[in-house]
Amino acid sequence: MKDGVNGVALAVFIFFFLAVTVMGFLAARWRRAENEQSLDEWGLGGRSFGTWITWFLLGGDLYTAYTFVAVPAAIYAAGAAGFFAVPYTILVYPLIFTFLPRLWSVSHKHGYVTTSDFVRGRFGSKGLSLAVALTGILATMPYIALQLVGIQAVLDVMGVGGGEDTNWFIKDLPLLIAFGVLAAYTYSSGLRAPALIAFVKDTLIYIVIAVAIIYIPIKLGGFDEIFAKAGEAFGETNPATGAPRGALVPAEAGQWTYATLALGSALALFMYPHSITATLSSKSREVIRRNTTILPLYSLMLGLLALLGFMAIAAGIKVQNGQLAIPQLFETMFPDWFAGVAFAAIGIGALVPAAIMSIAAANLFTRNIYKDFIRKDATPEQETKVSKLVSLLVKVGALAFVLTMDKTVAINFQLLGGIWILQTFPALVGGLFTRWFHRWALLAGWAVGMVYGTVAAYGVASPTQKHFGGSSKEIPGIGEIGYIGLTAFVLNVVVTVVLTFVLKAVKAPEGVDETRPEDYTADAGDPGVQVELPPDAKRWKGGTRLSSRAVRRRTVGDALPTVDDVVAADPDISFDGQQLSILSQDSTVQVLPWPVCFLYGGRAAFSIVLNAPSPELALLTARQMADRFNQQAANFGYQPLMTAQGGFCPPSSG
Amino acid sequence: MTPVRVVIALCLIAPFVAMLWVGSYAKTDPTFIGIPFFYWYQMAWVLISTVLTMIAFKLWQRDQRARRGGER
Repeated sequence: MKDGVNGVALAVFIFFFLAVTVMGFLAARWRRAENEQSLDEWGLGGRSFGTWITWFLLGGDLYTAYTFVAVPAAIYAAGAAGFFAVPYTILVYPLIFTFLPRLWSVSHKHGYVTTSDFVRGRFGSKGLSLAVALTGILATMPYIALQLVGIQAVLDVMGVGGGEDTNWFIKDLPLLIAFGVLAAYTYSSGLRAPALIAFVKDTLIYIVIAVAIIYIPIKLGGFDEIFAKAGEAFGETNPATGAPRGALVPAEAGQWTYATLALGSALALFMYPHSITATLSSKSREVIRRNTTILPLYSLMLGLLALLGFMAIAAGIKVQNGQLAIPQLFETMFPDWFAGVAFAAIGIGALVPAAIMSIAAANLFTRNIYKDFIRKDATPEQETKVSKLVSLLVKVGALAFVLTMDKTVAINFQLLGGIWILQTFPALVGGLFTRWFHRWALLAGWAVGMVYGTVAAYGVASPTQKHFGGSSKEIPGIGEIGYIGLTAFVLNVVVTVVLTFVLKAVKAPEGVDETRPEDYTADAGDPGVQVELPPDAKRWKGGTRLSSRAVRRRTVGDALPTVDDVVAADPDISFDGQQLSILSQDSTVQVLPWPVCFLYGGRAAFSIVLNAPSPELALLTARQMADRFNQQAANFGYQPLMTAQGGFCPPSSG
Repeated sequence: MTPVRVVIALCLIAPFVAMLWVGSYAKTDPTFIGIPFFYWYQMAWVLISTVLTMIAFKLWQRDQRARRGGER
């Protein structure tokens, strides 16, 4: 490590950091809808994100700073075994292709914000939903803490805050500032902030990796040279264990571990609340399926990144703390200014997921603990307020964790978190496909998996740690070494299935299922499914020209859009002059006419009759239409003043 | 189970078989521009699985459209 502060790198880092901070605060105005005081808005960005934003958001969310530091660090430390992250991310996509669209549909139909919302609705069990919510929060907290560890690693290598002799306040000040800023814009902008910043993050990371993967091998004499040196290094005996340090290819004995880790992690990834948050914020089923076909681009990036671990060895990087290997490699190999760009990529890469994770944890708390158990009659405004506060608390908690405890504690907990979160799989994914499982059996299975996983992980020793020394252990009955999380998961499923048979035999009461089979395949445009909220400005400009369609202009003001304009721009809505209908692919849902009144600037403007399954849904659609009016009005420089309320307009007083 | 759905299922299952059978690719040779087989093979599978998922997506879309058309 160079002595002192790397000034150029630091300046570049600060520049990018300031840029994303400004973006974070401005994000509140981005694609904003009328009713911003609801959890849908703050916590899911209005459920309006299209393919590309969802792609960036999911990528920004799943491939965290910690991933970028930890995966090459694992390769640096042990070689092949660390590469399991690549097959793991390959397996994720075919997996989510099958179940995420179903989750999206049922969530949109019933307004679910979290996975626990769904579990409660499906199984009619608050206990099970609480278990899922607590697991989610517990598993997310250390993950947020690890993002901070990622930022710390970068700051250390840049020479700020690293010195042992400085007092703790000066030492941790940069981290405190970074986190204060993060907390402030998440609070004010909600999910829109990380969605916008994710663009910057991914662009920077792609540039850095593209450069690193070409530039560094050239400097080191090609991949032949790199792997030859790495092979030598792995062959040396590790004084702590007496065994070779690692291997270029996993030995026979390590193959079970490799496969089970890949499979277990793949199953667990989309159980994490933050991945679900990013998923539910997308605007249609198709967005999700299309995303499963473009998300693997990130896996490729991850694979290339993992190779950096070998480059660090070949470049002769020697660090005690493996987490520092990659930042150190960048500092050694790159010119200062580009090292700054690379560090900014990692730093911002920590902010995006930390923001999404804290929002996801806050949503869980608000919906499934606060609203279910503490305050049953909370209004959407109160929900949003509580969520905002909790997201703040979660981050402060993570910060305290990192500052007061040893880093290994955070890593241990994250390891446990992965094992824990996997135990919610049967309730969630099982529930998406079948109602056969009994709610109590699921709860029992979850408890068994949690206890087994925790105890087993506690018992794993490593040369440096007595407990939580790793995530794999002998699988009982098979005798191979495998991922504890997957063993616990299998145990969980077995218990659930057996108990379901037992409980069904004794006729234990089943909970009420509020969902219907067709809910799982509903798509945007179906009755009751939210139509995308603020439409893209582009769509409006391309389609209808206002002046040429001045028919039935019943709104106040001249250049305001008419109902016709809205209908023309939306293939899902039809209007026969009197009645407006949301087109449905589902003929079994009965639609009834409901009157709604549009107000402009608080004054009644016109009434329409909306065909919908319920007055609430009619009003919801009317509000979404009002949002469209507003968006269009704003495009033409007018004040967005349109609102909607249920019932015919009161007789106008003029 | 229509033939199209069987193909979709195969596209989605193939990556699991390929990736979880670690023994099939735990070797150094043949290398590709100096990168051992173990690494480039798995990275190649990122692309293969992407193509397979894309095929599954397209087939699924078509299948759904055909179904909806049939109902009306």
